[in-house]
Amino acid sequence: MSLIKLENIKKSYPLGDEMLEILKGISLEINAGEFVAIMGPSGSGKSTLMNILGCLDKPTSGRYFLDNKEVGTLENDDLATIRNQKIGFVFQGFNLLSRTSALENVELPMVYAGVPDFERHKKAIKALKAVGLEKRMDHQPNQLSGGQQQRVAIARALVNEAPIIFADEPTGNLDTKTSIEVMELFTKFNKELGRTIILVTHEEDIAMYADRIIKVVDGEILSDTRNKK
Amino acid sequence: MIELKTITSIAIRAIKANKMRSSLTSLGIIIGVAAVIVMLAIGNGAQVSIQKDMKSMGSNLMMIRSGSSTSSGARGGRGSLPTMKAGDGDAIQEKISKIKLAAPVLEQTNQIVYGNANWATSTTGTDNRYFQIKEWELDYGRNFSESDVKNAAKVTILGKTVVTELFGDVDPIGKTIRIKGMPFTVIGVLDKRGENGMGHDQDDVVFIPITTAQKKIIGITFPDQVNMVMLQAVDSEATYSSQEEITQLLRQRHNLGENKDNDFIIMNMTQMQEMMESSTQIMTILLGSIASISLLVGGIGIMNIMLVSVTERTREIGIRMAIGAKAWDIRWQFLMESIVLSLIGGLAGIITGLLGVQIMKTITTFTLIIDWAYVIIPFVFSGIVGVLFGFYPAYKASLLNPINALRYE
Ligand SMILES: Nc1ncnc2c1ncn2[C@@H]1O[C@H](COP(=O)(O)OP(=O)(O)O)[C@@H](O)[C@H]1O
Ligand SMILES: [Mg+2]
Repeated sequence: MSLIKLENIKKSYPLGDEMLEILKGISLEINAGEFVAIMGPSGSGKSTLMNILGCLDKPTSGRYFLDNKEVGTLENDDLATIRNQKIGFVFQGFNLLSRTSALENVELPMVYAGVPDFERHKKAIKALKAVGLEKRMDHQPNQLSGGQQQRVAIARALVNEAPIIFADEPTGNLDTKTSIEVMELFTKFNKELGRTIILVTHEEDIAMYADRIIKVVDGEILSDTRNKK
Repeated sequence: MIELKTITSIAIRAIKANKMRSSLTSLGIIIGVAAVIVMLAIGNGAQVSIQKDMKSMGSNLMMIRSGSSTSSGARGGRGSLPTMKAGDGDAIQEKISKIKLAAPVLEQTNQIVYGNANWATSTTGTDNRYFQIKEWELDYGRNFSESDVKNAAKVTILGKTVVTELFGDVDPIGKTIRIKGMPFTVIGVLDKRGENGMGHDQDDVVFIPITTAQKKIIGITFPDQVNMVMLQAVDSEATYSSQEEITQLLRQRHNLGENKDNDFIIMNMTQMQEMMESSTQIMTILLGSIASISLLVGGIGIMNIMLVSVTERTREIGIRMAIGAKAWDIRWQFLMESIVLSLIGGLAGIITGLLGVQIMKTITTFTLIIDWAYVIIPFVFSGIVGVLFGFYPAYKASLLNPINALRYE
């Protein structure tokens, strides 16, 4: 059974009096453990798709099954629980809490999962070690470089043992060298920990890290291919 | 659900992150709580001091003075000719069952001399019933005896202030003082009563037998004359219901014809006391309510800042939601922040209020009395204000859509 299954997902936004259809019927399946890149030009609807996949947004129509459970129709609080338990996010703009240490940022998903203090600390330290930032635990985001901030965000996405990690243009704000470091981390967690990784990017060389590339143009899937490295 | 401990530490961190703004916001609550505490202490002080006065005046008290009055009420006052006699009081006490005691009072201010010391004070001619009505005990010495009164003996009972002024540390019992040049033997000293609510020193007084006052000290225009008769009724209801009987009895004793006005005025002190008590109660409520308004204004200040804070932290809210915060997690976070702000303000307000009470005590003549309930209540109130005014901003925060919140610049 597939981990993610979309059936004819559509999403429209109101534009003046009309509805502007951004996603025009997306159907796809993703299995556990895959490393998928969603590619396409800017404005093609990649982020919109990812927000729906990530349970941050609801489709206008169509069905979405996550782990065999239909989630497109759930209440906000239930979606929050799914995001907390099953999904980790990595954003282009890092989205770390300012004036909050790296350690506390990484602990945050566990705060909402109700994990006790002691265990929270232990797991967060472990996750920071996994991204090579154990020496920067007490640093706040403004004391870290972009690459380091993104690694904190990755640690945060990993820490709750969520099976799926969504990354929307994770290297968009990074230079080439740190982009490579970040992509190597994703590859490592995919291969070593079996995490499903869904990456949104418009950059060809970033997409090349994935095993499967789904091209989206104008709200529709143009192609869905294995990536032969 | 997120732990209380964690929410509280998030709230405290957010408050600390904006120290200046947080303190200014709390200031509204501080002033509100402090104002309520000071106002209630003033009101409470007034109430307590009136109750104390009432006790020292005597309970179920009435007074009868000379003066013209009609059945519809008083017309003349102290200026009118004296008409009351000690015998009137005795007759009332004897014949009217609702009246327990009647004490004659004849007063004058005189110079009192002991050795080289002299002191001007009120000389009051009365008998032991006066002390009974006022529930005023002797500190030491003895009361007037029957023969003291019958024989117009030159004996005196002193208030504490007079003892201090004339005798200092010397034991006054058995010593002779001079009132209007006449020698009086001190037989007793009364317990200290202190000042009454008007700031009048109740211990600055000299008592002598009523007969002695009438015959030897105070010039009277007719036999048995007094300034007033002080009555104690059996209960507070009797202070109202006995008035008709007293009026009839006195009109008869004063030989007043059908169409003549009364030549005396009955004053019901109980009624006055009750009125004063209820008016101070109203004053307390009023002062408290006015001060509570500033607490409400403080609450609006908190709401205002919390709304700003929710807007400023839209992105943070988006991050928290993306990571798994539920609506109530977000609500609690902001609610807790406003509760903590209010309670910090409440605590600081208590300290400020208690200081304010001390300052008011030293720079004004008001009696301020702190009742701990009146300290706890505004504090609890500040917490309630925090919840009430924090709820809307917190609710608003929880309604944010995570995508829009994340995109917020
Ligand atoms: N909340 C929204 N309201 C209206 N239009 C939106 C909204 N979100 C995205 N869009 C529009 O949808 C289109 C696709 O956006 P997006 O999914 O972010 O594209 P991509 O990530 O591929 O660059 C854009 O034209 C964008 O303006
Ligand atoms: Mg995008």
